[in-house]
Amino acid sequence: MATRTTTGPVAGREYRSDHEGFLRHRHFRWLKIATLLSVICIAAYFLTDPRPRPGGGTWIGYTLGTIGALLIVWLSLLGIRKRAITEGRWSLKAWTSAHVYLGLSLIVVATLHTGFQLGWNVHTLAYALMMLVILSGMFGIWAYATLPSALSSNREQMTQGQMIDAIRALDRQLDEAAQPLARGPSDLVLEALGEDPFAPGLWRRLSGNYRNCATQKAIEGLARLGDQDAAVERVEKLLVRRKAHLERLRRHMRLKSMLEVWLYVHVPATMALLAALTAHIVSVFYYW
Amino acid sequence: MIGWHGKGEGVKDRVRIAIVGSGPAGLSAAGRAARLGMSHVLLEKTDHLSDTIFKYQKGKHVMATPSSLVLRSDFDFDAGKREQVLGTWEEQAAAGAITVRYNAEVTRIEGEKGAFVLTLKDGGTLEAEAVILAIGTQGNPNKLRCEGADLPHIQYQLDDPTEYIDEHITVVGTGDAGIENALGLAADPAQGNVVTILNRGAEFARAKEANVKLLTEAQAAGRVIVRNETTPAEVRPGQLVLDTRDGQETIRCDRIIARTGSAPPRKFVEDCGIAFTSPEREAFPVLSPVFETTRPGIHVIGALAGYPLIKHCMNQGYDVVEFLNGNTRLKPADEPILAEKFAALPGSRSVDEWLELLGSRIEIFRDISPLQLRELMLDSGVAAFRKGEAVFERNEIGSSLFAIAEGSVAVEVNKDDPSITVPIAQGSIFGEVGLISGRRRGATIRAAEDLIVVELSRSAALKMMATAPAAAKVVNRISIERQLLQIFGSGLTREDVAELVDGAEVQELRANEVLMKEGDEGADIFIIRRGSMIVEREIGGKPVFLSYLAAGAYVGEMAVIDGSRRSATVRAAIKSEVIRLPGEAFVRLLERKPQLRRKAFEEMERRREINAFVEGRKENFSSVVDMYSQTAQFLVDNGIGEATDVLLIDETLCVGCDNCEKACADSHDGLSRLDREAGTTYAHLHVPTSCRHCEHPHCMADCPPNAIQRGPDGEVFIDETCIGCGNCQRNCPYGVIRMDSVPPKKPSILSWLFLGKGPGPGEPSKDWRKKHAEGAEKPKQAIKCDMCAGIDGGPSCVRACPTGAAIRVSPEAFLSVAKLAEGE
Ligand SMILES: Cc1cc2nc3c(=O)[nH]c(=O)nc-3n(C[C@H](O)[C@H](O)[C@H](O)COP(=O)(O)OP(=O)(O)OC[C@H]3O[C@@H](n4cnc5c(N)ncnc54)[C@H](O)[C@@H]3O)c2cc1C
Ligand code: HEM
Repeated sequence: MATRTTTGPVAGREYRSDHEGFLRHRHFRWLKIATLLSVICIAAYFLTDPRPRPGGGTWIGYTLGTIGALLIVWLSLLGIRKRAITEGRWSLKAWTSAHVYLGLSLIVVATLHTGFQLGWNVHTLAYALMMLVILSGMFGIWAYATLPSALSSNREQMTQGQMIDAIRALDRQLDEAAQPLARGPSDLVLEALGEDPFAPGLWRRLSGNYRNCATQKAIEGLARLGDQDAAVERVEKLLVRRKAHLERLRRHMRLKSMLEVWLYVHVPATMALLAALTAHIVSVFYYW
Repeated sequence: MIGWHGKGEGVKDRVRIAIVGSGPAGLSAAGRAARLGMSHVLLEKTDHLSDTIFKYQKGKHVMATPSSLVLRSDFDFDAGKREQVLGTWEEQAAAGAITVRYNAEVTRIEGEKGAFVLTLKDGGTLEAEAVILAIGTQGNPNKLRCEGADLPHIQYQLDDPTEYIDEHITVVGTGDAGIENALGLAADPAQGNVVTILNRGAEFARAKEANVKLLTEAQAAGRVIVRNETTPAEVRPGQLVLDTRDGQETIRCDRIIARTGSAPPRKFVEDCGIAFTSPEREAFPVLSPVFETTRPGIHVIGALAGYPLIKHCMNQGYDVVEFLNGNTRLKPADEPILAEKFAALPGSRSVDEWLELLGSRIEIFRDISPLQLRELMLDSGVAAFRKGEAVFERNEIGSSLFAIAEGSVAVEVNKDDPSITVPIAQGSIFGEVGLISGRRRGATIRAAEDLIVVELSRSAALKMMATAPAAAKVVNRISIERQLLQIFGSGLTREDVAELVDGAEVQELRANEVLMKEGDEGADIFIIRRGSMIVEREIGGKPVFLSYLAAGAYVGEMAVIDGSRRSATVRAAIKSEVIRLPGEAFVRLLERKPQLRRKAFEEMERRREINAFVEGRKENFSSVVDMYSQTAQFLVDNGIGEATDVLLIDETLCVGCDNCEKACADSHDGLSRLDREAGTTYAHLHVPTSCRHCEHPHCMADCPPNAIQRGPDGEVFIDETCIGCGNCQRNCPYGVIRMDSVPPKKPSILSWLFLGKGPGPGEPSKDWRKKHAEGAEKPKQAIKCDMCAGIDGGPSCVRACPTGAAIRVSPEAFLSVAKLAEGE
């Protein structure tokens, strides 16, 4: 659905809402620009014959290094752009689009800048950090491109708050319904109720693997009791509903975490990269 | 005379003035009468003063707008807390020797000027020479009609839901008020209330969707017991007998809260022999400049007279008693405001001279009373233009109506050639299309000579039309004529369309009502004047969405031109109004005007092509077409049919970062006007809870200070005169208006990023707000999307979306078949 709608001329303030995802923004404008940049860099690298050997110290090396450093600084500014809601005709979508493609072109620009000379030093540290940022970014793109529809289908118009409320409501009913139960089954229910959907750690949340789910155990435990009276049956039904709601909430949290978790690498690594980059530049000029 | 409260001693059976209702209007009137030493009595239905204000939420900040209006009353009034306002009045009523009679509901007024007989509910009577009706517009709550309906544990109002604990409470009625009460009572489980709500039907037709959803949730959570198709049969102490579908049932019930709506006071007023300006719901009693009704000797003031602000009410109370006391030279308190307004115009005339001039020159003002004209002018602007200056430009958004007081204008009917113009003369009006359809201006209008115009805001104009049928008729006729000229355009004159205008008929359609059915014979042509239509066609047994027609479009011409049957079904997307034009007259017009005929044929061809296109697609891409049809229907069901600009979220792109909400908050005093996650979704297209800027905004309907307006970019916004009454919030069917006070200012984004200061982007948390509150909390006002008016770059929600999921669209553009072609 790559379509474009213009909201018509509004006197003095013509805003448009292209209905185009950030990757396709303006018919892949930034992909084209980034590709062109990479091609030019590759051509320059191979068409020139740097002396004594390819690397950061040659004029082409300096040029690539300057482009790379500027790009990194600009890419880092996305964090500020995203949050400083100033006036003006900027669009974060365009920024993200450029960020992604120019960020990827850094692989070419920076690698050529190194002249394939890597070692155990601050220069290579900067390079490695940059690649880490880029790799995490690539994961992010994968997440952004594939997960939103799943997130949308899973929540079925419910908000996260409503999902939690629904579980709480079931909990209250369960609490009441479990009153007539014998000690054993009632403990199972209590344990299920004591389970906080938010307590499990990040890893569990991401993997979506809840092997020790108390609700599941309670369902199984009650089933083992065999034929039972109406009270147990009612509790069982409620537990099954609780399980269904819990699963939805878990899927929701899993998807949301996946959409976010990479930023916890991407952003701190960016900070480290900026530090390493500074060290790299300072040391280069110091030993000049 | 002594200050008097209660019943019995001191009240004379015959007074000079009987004042009915002790709201700000009645109270102020009584204060004036007491000060002038006129014998009077203030009759109040309840056991306290000023019931409407008494019923405000506890601690509500009462606002004293408009600030430019001086207060003229023997009672003080200033912005402040409800308790403070009422307390002051209580004191001053006691000190000012006002005769009040509580629990005195007037049920009948008989007799003549000089000798009226007022009958009270308890059977007592009272004589008065003149009557001032100041009973407001709240009306009486509908009482329960079953056995035991007079038992004391039935109440019709719930002030503070936290007051009750461990009770079995039954709420009767599932309108918004009932649902909100039930939810309030059940909100805190610690209160231990068992709350039951009775619904007469099986659905919740009268409540807002958001409320219904909350109630359903509360029901699922076991907090509220909802009983459908149930009515109270008998009230007993501690018990309630219910009529259910399966027979009678008795439940425990310690308290009943009956919220089955209220009857407006109009019937009572009419029974007093007072005529209203029209049968419309919005009409007011016909009044003379001294507030006298059509029944000599009875006067109407305050909200009932159409002045819903407390200051207005109080001033009128003062004025009406002065008039009754024979003071004929009293100028209304709004005189200086009008004087300032007119001061900007050339020619130094007094306010009265201006009013006289406007009233006599402008056609639509002719049948309006001087009092109404004054009020109308308070809500309107006046402006002077030099020859050649544009009053407004084509495509500008504007919904106001202009009336020419002096000079004339030229309408540039052809957008490619500004030299082709049509004149509009002195005394006539223009801009009426925007008024009716709430959409963009269709043409540029320039002053043809030096010009003076009155600009009536849309709401002022609508109020005028509701209260002055003659004015409504003139506007209607002119607007139909102009709409015809605009649609069929080129080279037509008023004479050409006269036959069509004469045969035109305005027809109202409910949402989903069918205007014409595919395959039917039909000879008429329709112009959509308000609302919008959906055109669909049955293909392979299923209705397929063909197109969406906004106000200003016309349909039905195909069958008229070539005598065929209707080729598609057209039904109203929302409550709409169409102008029905006789087909034969249209055919005759086409015969006379070959140019128009050609144009009509071209348009018809275009529509045929669309039909053929969709039909052709259907063979090969039936799923695409189905999807398109269903998506379109989903959007229409969600109110897009009445939207002019709506935020949609493509959930195949939305990563849930909520940057849209944060950006919204950061662009508007730290309060977000948008709830991204809430709202409905179909096929990954999400309609979040955010304003759609309806063509005819529901929120505007009932705003006492008239603070809701349509801005130059089409945005519906609330200005700073908002008094926080919450009417708009209740009236909005989409739940997009919230009441809140402006939070303290946050430190800048950079000091948050680098120094960790402040709460960061987006709406600050309640805790942070509390901790950083500067002085007293600001009063709560209504808050909604203003489409980021005045912010360069446009709506922040769209600009701040990192993936392009958030888009703003106008329905015409979004619901066009062109989308179908692109969608493949
Ligand atoms: C929630 C809310 C908030 C508002 N906030 C503001 C604000 O901040 N600032 C502002 O300026 N305006 C505000 N308004 C509007 C304002 O309160 C009303 O327009 C105003 O009170 C009208 O005054 P009134 O004297 O005409 O009638 P009312 O105040 O309605 O008084 C009518 C009185 O007549 C009595 N009565 C009715 N029928 C009879 C009868 N048959 N016999 C005897 N007595 C009778 C009633 O009991 C009542 O006491 C608000 C309105 C609402 C609903
Ligand atoms: C050295 C290179 C890069 C740097 C320094 C960098 C830095 C950043 C920073 C600072 C942010 C802001 C995060 C936030 O505040 O929320 C960001 C966001 C992001 N980056 Fe990168 N990035 C780089 C490369 C890439 C690459 C190569 C990709 C993709 C392939 C990428 C994809 C993204 C995406 C998708 C976002 C999130 C946008 C959003 O949700 O607002 N980045 N990056």
